[in-house]
Amino acid sequence: MIRILTTGRTAPLVLLAFAAILLFAVAPIALSPFRLSLLARFLCVAMVAVGIGLAWGRGGLLTLGQGLYFGLGAYVMAMHLKLADAGPAGVPDFMTLYGTGQVPWWWEPMRSPVMTLVLIVLVPATLAAALGWAIFTRRVRGAYFAILSQALAAAFAILLIGQQQTTGGTNGLNGFRAFFGYDLTDPVNQRMLFIIAAGVLLVMVVIARQLMVSRFGELLVAVRDAEDRVRFLGYDPAAVKTVVYILAAVMAAVGGALLVPIVGIISPTDVGVVPSIGFLIGVAIGGRATLLGPVLGSIAVSWAETSVAEQFPSAWTYFQGALFLGVIAFLPDGLASIVRRRRAAASSGDDGAPAPATEPEPDARPEGRTS
Amino acid sequence: MDLLLPQLFAGLSLGSVLLLAALGLALTFGQMGVINMAHGEFMMAGAYTAFVTQALVGSADVSLLVALPVGFLVGGVLGLILEATLIRRMYHRPLDTLLVTWGVALLLQQVARDVFGAPNVDVSIPTWLTGAVSIGGLALPKTRLFILAVAIVSVLALAVVLRSTSLGRRIRAVVQNRDLAEASGISSRATDRTTFFIGSGLAGIAGVAVTLLGSTGPNLGMSYIVDAFLVVVVGGIGHIKGTVIAAAALGLMQAFFEFSTTASIAKVLVFVVIIAFLQVRPQGLLVTRTRSLA
Repeated sequence: MIRILTTGRTAPLVLLAFAAILLFAVAPIALSPFRLSLLARFLCVAMVAVGIGLAWGRGGLLTLGQGLYFGLGAYVMAMHLKLADAGPAGVPDFMTLYGTGQVPWWWEPMRSPVMTLVLIVLVPATLAAALGWAIFTRRVRGAYFAILSQALAAAFAILLIGQQQTTGGTNGLNGFRAFFGYDLTDPVNQRMLFIIAAGVLLVMVVIARQLMVSRFGELLVAVRDAEDRVRFLGYDPAAVKTVVYILAAVMAAVGGALLVPIVGIISPTDVGVVPSIGFLIGVAIGGRATLLGPVLGSIAVSWAETSVAEQFPSAWTYFQGALFLGVIAFLPDGLASIVRRRRAAASSGDDGAPAPATEPEPDARPEGRTS
Repeated sequence: MDLLLPQLFAGLSLGSVLLLAALGLALTFGQMGVINMAHGEFMMAGAYTAFVTQALVGSADVSLLVALPVGFLVGGVLGLILEATLIRRMYHRPLDTLLVTWGVALLLQQVARDVFGAPNVDVSIPTWLTGAVSIGGLALPKTRLFILAVAIVSVLALAVVLRSTSLGRRIRAVVQNRDLAEASGISSRATDRTTFFIGSGLAGIAGVAVTLLGSTGPNLGMSYIVDAFLVVVVGGIGHIKGTVIAAAALGLMQAFFEFSTTASIAKVLVFVVIIAFLQVRPQGLLVTRTRSLA
């Protein structure tokens, strides 16, 4: 069980089963509806973190612009909810308010629920594929890639603000009444949303795990550590990077799409540069290259943010800045590295004081206890 | 022609602002491969320096001239502290310095918010910069011309330092080949520190300059940092000339796109052009030839 934060082969599955029981059976009963929807929100952010863990931790792609894909997924979903509220052939309220009073052509596909679900995956995947391919085949990497991905998120937020008649501008899209026909104010449906979010997150973690233990996962680490050697061996690093970039984009988009009915609003402030970098902090704290580190880390940070920022908004910014600084500078592999170091010390026993064979399990996931 | 000239001036003016923001960044990025996300906050510190100087000096006419060197010092000292405490320790992890300095940026923003308050403050424009100069029926605001002049002077001063002083030779040597420079007896530690001081000081000057264009707030740095980085990426690492050309090009592009579309569409178009440009020259306009792969 100590291996849970590292990439052991079987232990994560045991822990995942445990997490599943906790999420599906315990949380809905133990938590008030408000707390439950809060936790659902954290789970959506954790989905983005899973993708970042793969791209950044495993692949070495520091993507500072996941807000873009998060936003794409969220806006596609929000457009559908708006259109569904407006009824067949209806016009969303804000459009009549701000001007044209006409539904633009690129909103139309979102009238169909099926099309919406397809587009939530397809739009970010296509964009990530095109960009990833363009960037990686030209061997733009490292800092250059980080800056480009960040600029992309900035440009997207500016675009959303600029197109007020069709995107709601700074206000974003909000005031949804129903989610695929289910009343959003009903606590039963909110609980359903939580279950969906928990299920999707677990599926993502399983996908991430399968990837990590696969040949592709090893190739990914190889590209991160010695890209040129991988190229000399006849593989195409650009293809590997593009695939993982697409995957991270889709995970972020799904997280964004699920967040919209849970929170009830999406606006440009949720997709710009600041939230994009904010996604990284949980991943860094939990351990970027591990399977569960990003998930637990991001849930912990979200939880800390809500509880601290409510009372002391200025303290939270100091805290966040200090976290970035401290974790990255002094604990680059996150809290998971502490666990690993202890295990290494315990198993090698050459530190003069061999650890007892049945050392009490280190509290590997103190931050996972969000309830 | 009547339509072209104002756009040209708007583009050059925007380019000069971009250049000021990016110049110091290009220097530190080129020198150490370090991405300083707090560079924008050093600009913010420069802008607040202008505000404080004005409050202390009283006369808007004089305070701007005092604020420029003081802003340079404030930015430079902040850079020195950052280099000595953090960046020096994480030299072989450039991507991590990016995140660490982002943490520093958050801290500095909050400090500014707590000290000066969240609402923006204004620096009044000296009387000798109010109004516009009329050239051929074209009214050019004096503030914009002044910023253009500051940018030109900064570039020239930096070029002189880099070309003709022994410090400049050391800096260039370290940029081109750190190990060989070290082996030749150059202290790369001392050079790094000095470079960081100058680069951050330039951010302070940029901050003082932009107070002429608008009000100063805790988020001032955030609004410049992404654009400044794009300039550095397009210009190519370690080349002042590349940075100058890139800043002018991006400024002009933005102005002309804005003229034919809207500001937000223009931003996106500029970005598309940058991606396309990197397809042709992935390392930017000017490249320092090295023997490393890629």
